[in-house]
Amino acid sequence: MIASKVLSSKTLRERPDFAYILDAISPGSRVLDLGCGNGDLLYLLKQKGIRGQGIEKDEDAIVECIRKGVYVHHGDIDEGLSHHEDKRFDYVILNQTIQETRHPGDIIKEGLRIGKRVIIVFPNFGYWEVRFRILFQGKTPVTDLLPYRWFNTPNLHFLSVLDFEEFCQLRGFTVEDKAFFTDLKQVKFSPNFFSKLALFQIR
Amino acid sequence: MDLERSVGIVETKTATLGDLRLDNGSVLSPTVIAYETYGTLSPEKDNAILICHALSGDAHAAGYLSSSDKRPGWWDDYVGPGKSFDTNQFFIISSNVIGGCKGSSGPMSINPVSGKPYGSSFPFVSIKDMVEAQKLLIDSFGIQKLFCVAGGSMGGMQALQWSISYPDFLTNCIILASSPEHSAMQIAFNEVGRQAILSDPNWNNGLYEDNASPRKGLALARMVGHITYLSDDKMREKFGRNPPRGNLLNSDFAVGSYLIYQGESFVDRFDANSYIYVTKALDHFSLGKGQELTKALSPAQCRFLIISYSSDWLYPPAQSREIVKSLEAADKRVFYVELNTKEGHDSFLLPNSKQEDVINGFLKMPVDE
Repeated sequence: MIASKVLSSKTLRERPDFAYILDAISPGSRVLDLGCGNGDLLYLLKQKGIRGQGIEKDEDAIVECIRKGVYVHHGDIDEGLSHHEDKRFDYVILNQTIQETRHPGDIIKEGLRIGKRVIIVFPNFGYWEVRFRILFQGKTPVTDLLPYRWFNTPNLHFLSVLDFEEFCQLRGFTVEDKAFFTDLKQVKFSPNFFSKLALFQIR
Repeated sequence: MDLERSVGIVETKTATLGDLRLDNGSVLSPTVIAYETYGTLSPEKDNAILICHALSGDAHAAGYLSSSDKRPGWWDDYVGPGKSFDTNQFFIISSNVIGGCKGSSGPMSINPVSGKPYGSSFPFVSIKDMVEAQKLLIDSFGIQKLFCVAGGSMGGMQALQWSISYPDFLTNCIILASSPEHSAMQIAFNEVGRQAILSDPNWNNGLYEDNASPRKGLALARMVGHITYLSDDKMREKFGRNPPRGNLLNSDFAVGSYLIYQGESFVDRFDANSYIYVTKALDHFSLGKGQELTKALSPAQCRFLIISYSSDWLYPPAQSREIVKSLEAADKRVFYVELNTKEGHDSFLLPNSKQEDVINGFLKMPVDE
């Protein structure tokens, strides 16, 4: 997906979400990364002995994945993951993908069918800077994690930490863990206001 | 002739191998295979790649047959020093299929019983038989395991068949613009071609003489086939509607003259019986769909690279995805990319830097990953 491509030039030190995921998943696990971009995360997981595979719709990103030796399937996750068996993967990852999909609920449900756990990372629309930009500029905010204008954004949905928590409750997803980040730091206090990036691990 | 990144002057060789029991029960004796090799086989014999050609291809995949040869082999853009199938690193074997007419056992071979060409009395040959014949050739080199089998279109079917016929015999498998089985549409196009040959007055039940072969029918078959290898965009770009003169008796459109030329030049290098045998082999090849395909592919052990092309309407990307999904369902290691091209089915033969990148990346992966 395009959003993850924008972030590709950053290193692991600059990606606390990558660091968290690498730490959370033990070697030998199997991972499906939906919207894997150019395969940076899968490449790191591979170094750790985690067997990963990705799906991506951008042609250049796919070429990059194959160059890295990251197993990847060129396709649209909105168009079905149905050929994968139940609980085939230990983790299904949606790293800054969910806001670009047409039917997030269906994809998460499908992720929970084929994976034991689903990790979702998304840019938090409740972040204070986003709020202030709307309030004071009266314009659709453009930030480092939401780096698009209204007319060229791949993002179909804009959600905050609170939105996602409500969504999990509505859909009956069990939140096993969550983490919030702003640039390099984790955020503990009032994450819906202070975090740029939110990570949820659900079951 | 650009020799810098070329394998240079090559020679098509012929191997006479042992008996081969075919799918239909008959025995091919002896089995003759035309082939070419490029690069050097390593002392450990672990760097061999088999390249499988498409319907009208042959063993001549790269380089030139003589110093006056103007056109290199059919995959010269990808086979050579520093190219995707790097002859500095790999030992490339390109073999001609049995049932064809380019030097391997086929309808033009002499039947040892009658002393005359087999013609239409040559036994039915399947894609699996083609693979079995290739296996005899590979064995004759003393190779225990191929580093890779690669092919497009019909060559892709052979590569796929290799992966399940000899799961322990290959590390990598590359399948381009191919399918696990022909659709009714693909069979339909082939049937029109075959019927064109069968309706030629010279057909004589396939027992025609060299100087009175069903040339017109074969040319028509090629014309139909050739349309399916291109894309609407490409034809529009190349020919448009020019020049429409409204003459009933002549071919007044550029695209028509082009097809006639393609058909006529094909007749000089291909045999009508072989066209029927090879298209039948294609049409009969079937590993099934969905769960049946998953089951058929479950013995495979190699890594797969599957490539499809957005403008290919003869072997559309959906057919490649069929293979990919079944491989994934069977828990195989697979890379899949749909390249955005406008050249139609022929895309896999044409220069494409992304295709190079993808093949290079795939072949560079450590063996155990």
